[in-house]
Amino acid sequence: MLSDAFTKASTMFSTYAPIYPELFVVLAAFVLLMWGVYNRYPAGLSISIVAVGVLVGAMFLIARQPSVAQELFNGAFVDDGFARFMKILTLAGAALAILLSLDYMRRERILHFEYPVLILLATAGMMLTISANDLISLYLALELQSLALYVLAAFHRDQLRSTEAGLKYFILGILSSGLLLYGASLVYGYTGATNFARIAEVVQVSGASVGLVFGLVFILAGLAFKLAAVPFHMWTPDVYEGAPTPVTAFFATAAKMSAMAMLIRVVLTAFPDATQQWQQIIIAISVGSMALGAFAAIGQTNIKRLLGYSSIGHVGYALVGLAAAVPGGAAADGVSAVLIYLAIYLAMTAGAFACVLAMRNGRTTYSESISDLAGVSKEQPLFAFLFAMLLFSLAGIPPLAGFFAKLYVFSAAVQSQLYWLAIVGVVLSVISAYYYLRIVKVMYFDEKGETFQPIAPSVKITLGITAAFTLLFFLYPSPLKLAADAASRTFF
Amino acid sequence: MTIAGYFFYLFSIVLISSGAMVISARNPVHSVLFLILAFLNAAGLFVLLGAEFLAMILIIVYVGAVAVLFLFVVMMLDIDFDQLRKGMSRYLPVGILVGLVLLAELILVVGGFSVAPGAFRPVTGEQVTNTEAIGRVLYTDYLYFFQLSGLVLLVAMIGAIVLTLRHRSDSKRQNIARQVGRKREDAIEVVKVETGKGIS
Repeated sequence: MLSDAFTKASTMFSTYAPIYPELFVVLAAFVLLMWGVYNRYPAGLSISIVAVGVLVGAMFLIARQPSVAQELFNGAFVDDGFARFMKILTLAGAALAILLSLDYMRRERILHFEYPVLILLATAGMMLTISANDLISLYLALELQSLALYVLAAFHRDQLRSTEAGLKYFILGILSSGLLLYGASLVYGYTGATNFARIAEVVQVSGASVGLVFGLVFILAGLAFKLAAVPFHMWTPDVYEGAPTPVTAFFATAAKMSAMAMLIRVVLTAFPDATQQWQQIIIAISVGSMALGAFAAIGQTNIKRLLGYSSIGHVGYALVGLAAAVPGGAAADGVSAVLIYLAIYLAMTAGAFACVLAMRNGRTTYSESISDLAGVSKEQPLFAFLFAMLLFSLAGIPPLAGFFAKLYVFSAAVQSQLYWLAIVGVVLSVISAYYYLRIVKVMYFDEKGETFQPIAPSVKITLGITAAFTLLFFLYPSPLKLAADAASRTFF
Repeated sequence: MTIAGYFFYLFSIVLISSGAMVISARNPVHSVLFLILAFLNAAGLFVLLGAEFLAMILIIVYVGAVAVLFLFVVMMLDIDFDQLRKGMSRYLPVGILVGLVLLAELILVVGGFSVAPGAFRPVTGEQVTNTEAIGRVLYTDYLYFFQLSGLVLLVAMIGAIVLTLRHRSDSKRQNIARQVGRKREDAIEVVKVETGKGIS
């Protein structure tokens, strides 16, 4: 009798197997929240370490999922190869961001227990946006993610810069959510469906009307904002500079993964029959982002701002791959190129932020100015070498990982006959190499300036992992390539 | 024209004119009060459409919470609105131009507007009020969305606490455990006082 009820309950529960990883992260966040609330002593450090374990555990749960596409809740949630690939990247970004924050947040005295809980909830939101297959679930999951990110940006609430960053991000973020919602309502009005698959059916039958394209444009504008792509990038430098550095690392890694995944899924599953319409928008956004990333970063003196502009540029390069992902062109190869680009970008950016966090010039003070790196190679040769390698990789110099990332997206563009786009991308990539190489020049050839404190172990671990990946990727690129190829076949 | 028709025009006229007053009133407090009036009239329009649930939500959430919050913000923040309006005449031509372009685009789109047949899904079967109809799908078909909204609200709550809660060290609080755990030996000391010496 009892065992009967038990089997019945377990079969009922096992229908929700595709959403187990998300449930695991959310429930772990609840438990950690209660732990923090009822703990008499500040437990931020131990909760953060457990949160890293939770994120790694969620990665294993995702890896154990069967390799078929599964839908839940009337198709509002989908778990497929693409979603699993992107979720693992997002979880890796979040775990690295928490690792990076351990030392920094403790020194700044803001390692409250809410910090890892908010990171976990934001990550759960990102995982749900990656799996969102319906306009309503897309919007709700996006809000879950963004709301946690606004709070994280303002987490250093006693610092004016941080609260300003949070407020700026919040105001512009809700504006872009409004745009997205307006676009979603138009798409619903013209198709009568919120599910991506059903929207695609209607578009296939009745074609893309002006109103539908209007809605598509608004949705793309909202998503481009979350992605920080030109012309919706204005918030990026200020927010990246003002937010606590590990939080900035979280924005630049995990948040980009989920935003790009949303964009890819929306255009490829809901609008495969409006390719012409979205492709030109993506190309315009991509060229704008690459150009702004190349030129605006040149004059920067603050390294966090510089990395902010650099991330805008990298979004542009990744979008080249998406612009090529059209039937008759590169198709699945285009998506695969974007996925490889994102994975390599994640490693390079997390490594670069580890280097920024290594620039500690006092007990609690951190330097953010590029000129303070002068002559650092004489006292910390290994640090200077790894930072230089990461910067070379960000610039796309062979044989580092960043070169292969760019190679894949540009060859996808060539495959789709977007020759001029590939040429523009290569030229802008050469221009952007200038400001990366300038930092290397400051580190190796300038007179000795600031002396930095020893690097914290957690930062060392992050720097080691990411630099090793970037340096040694060329020896064994096939696992990532195969995984990305398998994931991209979801759409074609 | 039926009674409902007259009420439709009444609500619509008041709604539009109070909407215009919201942006043109000189005193920001008056703007908020006109906003509340606009919400009430919009709720009236919803009732005419037979959507009484939306009407009540509009009054409870927007009038009860959002508008009152606005009122607090307007009264608490010391913003010089005349200062904000100063550049008005300079920016007006550009603003009008942008507005006209946007209007033209909207006309272009709305001109071809035809709601897709799937967008209206009338409730079939027995007659139910729309509150009941929403209740039937909210925890079944829309369970996932409902739970997600709950998570969003949880994050909002955590965020508000993280950003504003301060533990004051100078406030005096009662700690019952410490009171009960206090022993006589901790508090009282028996001292033998020698005559004429006093306590040092």
